Amino acid sequence: MTSAERRWQGLLFVAPFLLLYLLILIYPLLRGLWLSLYQVDLFGGGTFVGLANYARLAADPVFGQSLINTFLVTLMIVPLLTVVALALALALNRATRSAAILRGVFFSSAVLSVTIVTLIWRFILAPDAGLLGELWTALGREPLPFLSAPNLVLPALAMTTIWWSVGFPMLLFLAGLQQIPQDMYEAAALDRASKWTTFWRVTLPSLRRTTILVVMLQTAAQLQIFGQSQLLTAGGPSGASRTAVLFLFETAFGRWELGYASAAAEILFLIILAVTLTQYMLTGRVRAGEDGR
Amino acid sequence: MPGLQLRNIRKAFKGTEVLAGVDLDVAPREFIAFLGPSGSGKSTLLRIVAGLETSDEGEVILDDRRIDTLPPGDRGVAMVFQHYALYPHMTVRENMAFGLKNARVPRAEIDGLVTDAARTLEIEELLDRKPAQMSGGQRQRVAIGRAIVKKPRLFLLDEPLSNLDAALRLRTRVELAQLRQRVDAGVIMVTHDQAEAMTLADRIVVFNDRRIQQVAPPMEIYSRPANSFVARFVGSPAMTIIPARLADGGAFASVLLGNGTRLDTQVPTDGLPGSGAVEIGMRPEGVRVCGQGQGTTDAEVQLVERLGERSLVYARLDDGAAITAEDAGTTSAKVGDRVGLSIDGAAAHLFGPDGTGYHRAAA
Repeated sequence: MTSAERRWQGLLFVAPFLLLYLLILIYPLLRGLWLSLYQVDLFGGGTFVGLANYARLAADPVFGQSLINTFLVTLMIVPLLTVVALALALALNRATRSAAILRGVFFSSAVLSVTIVTLIWRFILAPDAGLLGELWTALGREPLPFLSAPNLVLPALAMTTIWWSVGFPMLLFLAGLQQIPQDMYEAAALDRASKWTTFWRVTLPSLRRTTILVVMLQTAAQLQIFGQSQLLTAGGPSGASRTAVLFLFETAFGRWELGYASAAAEILFLIILAVTLTQYMLTGRVRAGEDGR
Repeated sequence: MPGLQLRNIRKAFKGTEVLAGVDLDVAPREFIAFLGPSGSGKSTLLRIVAGLETSDEGEVILDDRRIDTLPPGDRGVAMVFQHYALYPHMTVRENMAFGLKNARVPRAEIDGLVTDAARTLEIEELLDRKPAQMSGGQRQRVAIGRAIVKKPRLFLLDEPLSNLDAALRLRTRVELAQLRQRVDAGVIMVTHDQAEAMTLADRIVVFNDRRIQQVAPPMEIYSRPANSFVARFVGSPAMTIIPARLADGGAFASVLLGNGTRLDTQVPTDGLPGSGAVEIGMRPEGVRVCGQGQGTTDAEVQLVERLGERSLVYARLDDGAAITAEDAGTTSAKVGDRVGLSIDGAAAHLFGPDGTGYHRAAA
């Protein structure tokens, strides 16, 4: 067999994946880019408008607000989610039966669809009959209108999202914890390290890569937050919880402005790309040397 | 009483007993090797001394202080781990200083201790490196350095040389021997390598099957093994041990091998078990190859190993008993040859039905 033949054979093996990848990722990406330069609705052909969609976006306060909301909710979610996932992983990183059961329990929310999640949280957040409302009332306080007060609605979205998304980062942290060799903890014990010192000087540095991964994945994921906002509040009250993807959705499938929505999508894509690359560069100097012992 | 005392240490993991009541005294500054096959309990005992395992029963006393109730860091012991267990994200300097910092030793003093230890171990130029940037041998030194700076009363080494390649292992062995002269502390080293134990230790503790089989200086372990396990385990190649019958004799026992050959040993008859069935043990150096019919008995050669300065000849007696003999490096013996074996009865050992060893009277 010549080397050229072998190369073709190799290509055949990856062809199914490559084709699918081209079809459902690369093609839509290019198609979106193309659409964003046209004024086009869902049914008719379009007219080429150049960068007019982008100029319009820059001046659109609704889009601006949706970006701000997206950043705010991402900032609320990612740090807290990371800490909660790490705390759960630390608490459940043991070989007991109850820990195994609890790992399953905490992961279980991740398998629910966003519809179910928002339904559950509507019951929790509703001020008149919800769980939190009842609690607040029991404590003798006025229940908080989580879904109707502009300054409470983003925290409510964040809470819902953390509850929904904590399972996977927790698993990543658990996997990271199990990579830490037991003898390092034994060395730390002989080095008179307190539990606290051991956590800060042994556990946490060993989880550095996992933490970076979790933060990067979650940032990219939460910048695309959509379902919670649409189903819980439909972006309200008065746009206070409208996120960037909800804006896209409303523009494309509510007002049929496909070109305009595509332009917004390209902007969001660039923002996510820029944030992720920045994070990567800031943390990418994890020296290759930290694998060995 | 200074030094380390272990009193009736028992340990079971989930119902499986791994240490069945172990007693041991270690003198101050003594180098002790725990030698034994895998699963014999030697590592578990070391970890009990370190505080990484708790014993089910028994006491650990170091320099008149009971330490088995203390956390590992407060016991005055330092450990070198088999896989080094260095902290990967800390530099060598930080690795060595970590324990001292946790003990709230003043900074200036820490610097002095780390620098001293680094000089002793010749790792000064590595102080600002991280473990991943070093070779296995260098990591090993850092692991030793991390133990030394703590100035412990007892060093615990868990198979410290097993991760090094053969050449480095020999060199590190020599360095360990030199090092122990400089530290004012006892050393316990777990190993399954008898050459390490023989060359480094003042006394060897041989473990098997949950118990200590023998505690003695290396040469005594070799020349007067307490039982047939120790006899087989120590020495390379292993001692030949074959069944024999006690024959009538005088003050010293004589035995008949399976093929009827009579051997006169120097083992005193007094104290030997009454029944006639025993085992006889012979080191290869006590069995020489000679011409057919000229030795104590004849045998057929099964395998010849040429080691350079000497050859090992694995042979079989007429009754099928396997026996290992020594010959010159230039031996002419070939597989299938019939040769004579000249057995030095005076160097032979006897083992009773329960395995207990009986040896020639001590000189």
